[in-house]
Amino acid sequence: MTPLLIAQIVLTLFVFVMLLNSAAIMVYVERKVAAMLQQRLGPYLVGPKGLLQPLADVVKLMFKEELRPRAADALLFALAPVISATCAFAAFAVVPFGAQTTLFGLLNTPLRLQVADVNVAVLVIFAIASMSVYGIVLAGWSSNSKYSLLGGLRSSAQMISYELSYGLALASVLILGNSLSLSDIVNRQGGSWLGLLPRWFVFVQPIGFLIYMTAGIAETNRAPFDFPEAEQELVAGYHTEYSSMSFAMFFLAEYINMVTVSAVATDLFLGGWHGPFLPESLGWIWFLVKVAAILFFYVWMRWTLPRYRYDQLMRFGWKILLPVSVLNLLATAAGVLYFRG
Amino acid sequence: MMPSLNEYLMLSAVLFAIGTAGVFVRRNLITILLSIEIMLNAVNLTFVAFGRALGSVDGQIIVFFVMTVAAAEAAVGLAIVISLYRHRESLNPDSFTSLKW
Amino acid sequence: MTLFYVFGAVAVVASLLVIAQRNPIYSVLLLIASFGALSGLYVLLEAPFVAVIQIIVYAGAIMVLFLFVVMLLNAPHEQTEQDERSFALMRSGPMRFGGFLAVALALELIWALSNGRGLGVLGPGAGPASVASIGRSLFTDYAFAFEVTSVLILVAMVGAVVLARRGE
Repeated sequence: MTPLLIAQIVLTLFVFVMLLNSAAIMVYVERKVAAMLQQRLGPYLVGPKGLLQPLADVVKLMFKEELRPRAADALLFALAPVISATCAFAAFAVVPFGAQTTLFGLLNTPLRLQVADVNVAVLVIFAIASMSVYGIVLAGWSSNSKYSLLGGLRSSAQMISYELSYGLALASVLILGNSLSLSDIVNRQGGSWLGLLPRWFVFVQPIGFLIYMTAGIAETNRAPFDFPEAEQELVAGYHTEYSSMSFAMFFLAEYINMVTVSAVATDLFLGGWHGPFLPESLGWIWFLVKVAAILFFYVWMRWTLPRYRYDQLMRFGWKILLPVSVLNLLATAAGVLYFRG
Repeated sequence: MMPSLNEYLMLSAVLFAIGTAGVFVRRNLITILLSIEIMLNAVNLTFVAFGRALGSVDGQIIVFFVMTVAAAEAAVGLAIVISLYRHRESLNPDSFTSLKW
Repeated sequence: MTLFYVFGAVAVVASLLVIAQRNPIYSVLLLIASFGALSGLYVLLEAPFVAVIQIIVYAGAIMVLFLFVVMLLNAPHEQTEQDERSFALMRSGPMRFGGFLAVALALELIWALSNGRGLGVLGPGAGPASVASIGRSLFTDYAFAFEVTSVLILVAMVGAVVLARRGE
């Protein structure tokens, strides 16, 4: 039990707890920002300025009755939220959120602020995103109800369609970053041009960033791509028949997927933990600021834009986003070849 | 103690035999296709094990191609299964006995 | 070492259950578990790229395709009701012969492998194969096969769409 191992175990637990907290914070932020955008107050009764609202929500969900339709397939019905939540947490395991630190000299070897430092980290994120489709499609199937099945099939078809553009946007960044390891890609984005403009990949790859964000929003089933779980259309889509903690797990999985997409976007495009005025060891503050900005953007999009109809959504994914991402990849490859010789 | 190459090959042989059993025994077209996938995976494991033993990366490249072929074959096979089901409302290969369509 | 046995056991048991399950959806899910175990074995064999590609392509794409087809066809359970309770080797006729053949194949292969020249313990190896070396080899030595594969995928796509279309 070297100090490094203890530090790594503590780090893993810390990341897990922080992800849970971030889901709770997102619940509050979503409702408050929605209220501000709609010129009303939002939660303000529970706790000062409504800050304890997520706690009230969790307690309410825990006390609800756990229902299961009689015709539902019991094993799959119970398994689906577990798959969703597990994949959501697992994807964050390879995301680095700070520079290497020796914890003020307590450790002999520096600790990477990353739960698992694999050298194919980008592919691992993509793999786990592909696996999270199963949670949704099994939820839709095992509920044995029309709304759930339609919602589940539509949602999973949407996710696998946008995975292609997601992967191609990732591939464009990989050409720039020359490595599959997220830590290496972030480290390439340190420093700045002419002392003014940071070397973030978003300035070299603006279209790639837009494609990645669009595909990420579609992957996490958020507005304006949330037709499969739209309240007005399909009751609640694939999680119609779920209640209490199973519903909470789907809810949790959605928010943590949002956090993961934002964190990966920050690492790939926005320079990760690099930023002015702060030393490298406090880089995680910049990381938090950037992730928070992207999450705010997510919530803002949801309450501002109308949602796409399902056929418009699929048409957009296949006929517009995919060709644009292929062209982006070609342009990036050509640019790298020309400028780096 | 690392497992030797023999053990990987035996595991792969067992998986291949299981896939073969599935193709012979099952009477459901989709399960037959799944058993074919098991066989292809057993072969992939053999290739990677040999690639590791011989120290070359060629084993992994062949696996790459095998996976691509498996994907193409699964897609076309399932399309055929769908059109057969539409015609005869059954997934039992025994019900497709006459040549007349 | 123990990891090899764990992953190997999961792969074998999951594959056995795939061919023994009556419900096709459970078969697909068990096969995904088997692929996960195989992916772990690839990591043990120092092939991380193949391991992740296995999850992305096999478990994440091909199995989704199977699952969709099973759900859309509402695939019924098998009709062999009278043989439902008996083990494969005891069923009648072709099934018994098929099960016996598969066991014979397994025994022969294991016999052949254990009588072999002793293929030796896997040495320390060159470390995990980097994606760069795989890419370099793919685009130089195997470039022709790579391009032909892309044509293969195109043909498969067109073929699948044409075959599954409702005839007019």
